[in-house]
Amino acid sequence: MYTIKIKINDIPVEVEAGTTILRAAEKIGIKIPTLCHLNLHDFKVDHTPASCRVCQVELKGKGLITSCATSVYEGMEVFTNTQKALRARRVVLEMILSDHPKDCLVCDKSGNCELQSLGEQLHLRNVRFKGRMSKHPLDFSSQSIARDMSKCIMCRRCETMCNTVQTVGVLSNTGRGFDAVVDTPMHRPLQDTKCTFCGQCAAVCPTGALMGIEHMADVWRVLNDKNKFVVVQTAPATRVAIGEMFGMEPGTIATGQMISGLRRLGFDRVFDTSFGADLTVMEETKEFIDRLNNGGRLPILTSCCPSWVKFFEHQFPDLLDIPSSCKSPQQMFGAIVKTFYAKKIGINPKDIVVVSIMPCLAKKYEAARDEHQIENMHEVDYSISTRELGFMFEEACIDLTHLPKEKYDNPLGESTGAGVIFGSSGGVLEATLRNAAEILDKKPLQNVDFHEVRGLDGFKETEVEINGIKIKAGISCGLGNARKLLEKIRKKEADYHIIEIMACPGGCIGGGGQPFHHGNTEILQKRSEALYRIDKKSKKRVSSNNEAIKALYDEFLDNPGSSKAHQLLHTIYRKRNKE
Amino acid sequence: MGTTVKELVYNMGGGIPKNKKFKAAQTGGPSGGCIPESLINTPIDYEELKKIDSIMGSGGLIVMDDSSCMVNVAKYFLEFTLHESCGKCVPCRIGNMRLFEILTNITEGKADINTLETLKELCEVIKETSLCGLGQSSPNPVLSTLKRFKNEYEEHINQGKCHAHVCTKLLHYTIIADKCVGCTLCARNCPVNCIEGKRKEVHFINQTECINCGECFNSCSFNAINIL
Repeated sequence: MYTIKIKINDIPVEVEAGTTILRAAEKIGIKIPTLCHLNLHDFKVDHTPASCRVCQVELKGKGLITSCATSVYEGMEVFTNTQKALRARRVVLEMILSDHPKDCLVCDKSGNCELQSLGEQLHLRNVRFKGRMSKHPLDFSSQSIARDMSKCIMCRRCETMCNTVQTVGVLSNTGRGFDAVVDTPMHRPLQDTKCTFCGQCAAVCPTGALMGIEHMADVWRVLNDKNKFVVVQTAPATRVAIGEMFGMEPGTIATGQMISGLRRLGFDRVFDTSFGADLTVMEETKEFIDRLNNGGRLPILTSCCPSWVKFFEHQFPDLLDIPSSCKSPQQMFGAIVKTFYAKKIGINPKDIVVVSIMPCLAKKYEAARDEHQIENMHEVDYSISTRELGFMFEEACIDLTHLPKEKYDNPLGESTGAGVIFGSSGGVLEATLRNAAEILDKKPLQNVDFHEVRGLDGFKETEVEINGIKIKAGISCGLGNARKLLEKIRKKEADYHIIEIMACPGGCIGGGGQPFHHGNTEILQKRSEALYRIDKKSKKRVSSNNEAIKALYDEFLDNPGSSKAHQLLHTIYRKRNKE
Repeated sequence: MGTTVKELVYNMGGGIPKNKKFKAAQTGGPSGGCIPESLINTPIDYEELKKIDSIMGSGGLIVMDDSSCMVNVAKYFLEFTLHESCGKCVPCRIGNMRLFEILTNITEGKADINTLETLKELCEVIKETSLCGLGQSSPNPVLSTLKRFKNEYEEHINQGKCHAHVCTKLLHYTIIADKCVGCTLCARNCPVNCIEGKRKEVHFINQTECINCGECFNSCSFNAINIL
């Protein structure tokens, strides 16, 4: 790669050929404002429609150009602060705001909104243009994603995530001119589409057009109901992200503070979804070994991710027999609370409310699935996102940074390192391999670290020898990568034994319910590393060593794969419409 | 190439019907500019048209007489752009809509004189920042009329008048009592039945119901309808 010399504001810069003006300017500390541009470098996503026209700079002798979409050339001279460029940015922002509700005080996205930040950066004090406003019906049809397209600025990042990255193909530009808006096929409510509710659209939306459906009010209600026994479970990925909402560095492990915060909110028991994860590992390993030994259908696909489950139900209805029948950790946990735990503490399960704190918007939909009920009770009553938990802390005047570190309640708060790494791409598979190796080799595992399966890459694979059998494992995150893998399996070109799939790039740490990363994938990297740090520090790192899990099987479930386990911990999948 | 606008209009085109007065020639389609009477001797070719802020464009030429309102002409061409905009970039999607709305306000007497500065700035930014050729040229009719016919914009805003009697919201029809013979023709043609008066007596227009359509003016044989 050769380099190119250019001048930005008369300052010489030398950059690699192919670099955009935007990146070259960053190199010398000039941060040109952008709005529609999104570059998720680690996931090879470069969304540069150059449609917002905010990042204008003046090219000597040529006039205005967009810095996000123009590559540098030898001898280029660019000026970022000329009268013309400044005026263009301000008037373009004025245009955008003239078609925006500007209800920031009551908007979900306030404080996290990139349009709001841009207004701050440009110090716009007046919007001179008034006239017709885009009006679109609100879509609160689903359990997971809320759409208020009157706040849409047509950056179309959501389209890139939905179509290019996830290959789900629900969101697309409809209409022309002033009426153009991102919408679903035939303007159907999201609930009636093949949307998987992965929430990646909401994770990258710069404004409040795409947000999670909120269930905070329901949780406040049950917390203040004296007749309810409220149990909370926290997903692995939430503990390494919630701190960001309170000014902690990305990658800070805030488990202890989160637990004490949850107690202060009034939850009766604070438990860990990682316990459910350990349980999932037990069941899934059993299923895997059964299929391996008895010539069952391989590869076995993990089924912890609700978005991925809905994806294959829609897109690969002919392959419904290959995913594991195990429920996700969230649902297993809920099922155990409303049966085993209710009996143990002598409370009617109808009076127990299970709340889950999830990095995910699809978990809300998963909790509401008809399959996930026990005696007409939902296993999990309310699922709220990491962001919602942060909002609840704020509302309750709790500053996480000043809280003491507390520990989970027992017995369902006990977990191993294997249960914690579920939150990162590759974690479920690593946890399952650890357990399978112990069972098949019939001795404790010496080296529990499977480094090849870690990291944010969209596709990873490894081969491990367990008890003389070579096990080929594949990991994919992002539904687009999953589709490629599934198509190989359909054509019988893949020879994997076990495959982990997560819908979100990077796994749950990059979920649609996490604090916003605003395109900075370094944050996801740090969250992932934090999870592996927790694992490294854990005394027990193989799920079968979890004492609480052992006790659960001894007292209640008998063995992994028993009929009782099947009844409570396994599920069925159904064919869904391809449209 | 090289033929002047005047030659084209008066010699080849056969002049303006009903001997009306030449006001402007618009060249190059909806993205072109307007040539006023003072520049009627401009030769038609790429360079010369460019010098006077117009273009060859599609090669079209629209000649307008004094019954055309230049603000309304700009608005008319912008309506075309609004239809054609794909909606991808902000300046074309939102900017053109705002331009159209400002022009509408001017033709309805709802604008103040500062609007013209805003209008000009908006036009320039849309031109400079739009993604494709459509948005980059859509403000041309506005910029061109604003430059050559600024007096018409000012007349609309300051006096609330449309000289060409095109902008209906600015018009005010009354019956001249001295001239009306009570033939009832205007009353019979009025689409909203707001003209009252007995046969052979002076008629009058009920202003609260009048929609300024001009039917009475067109039908009167005695020039008894006045437009303010």
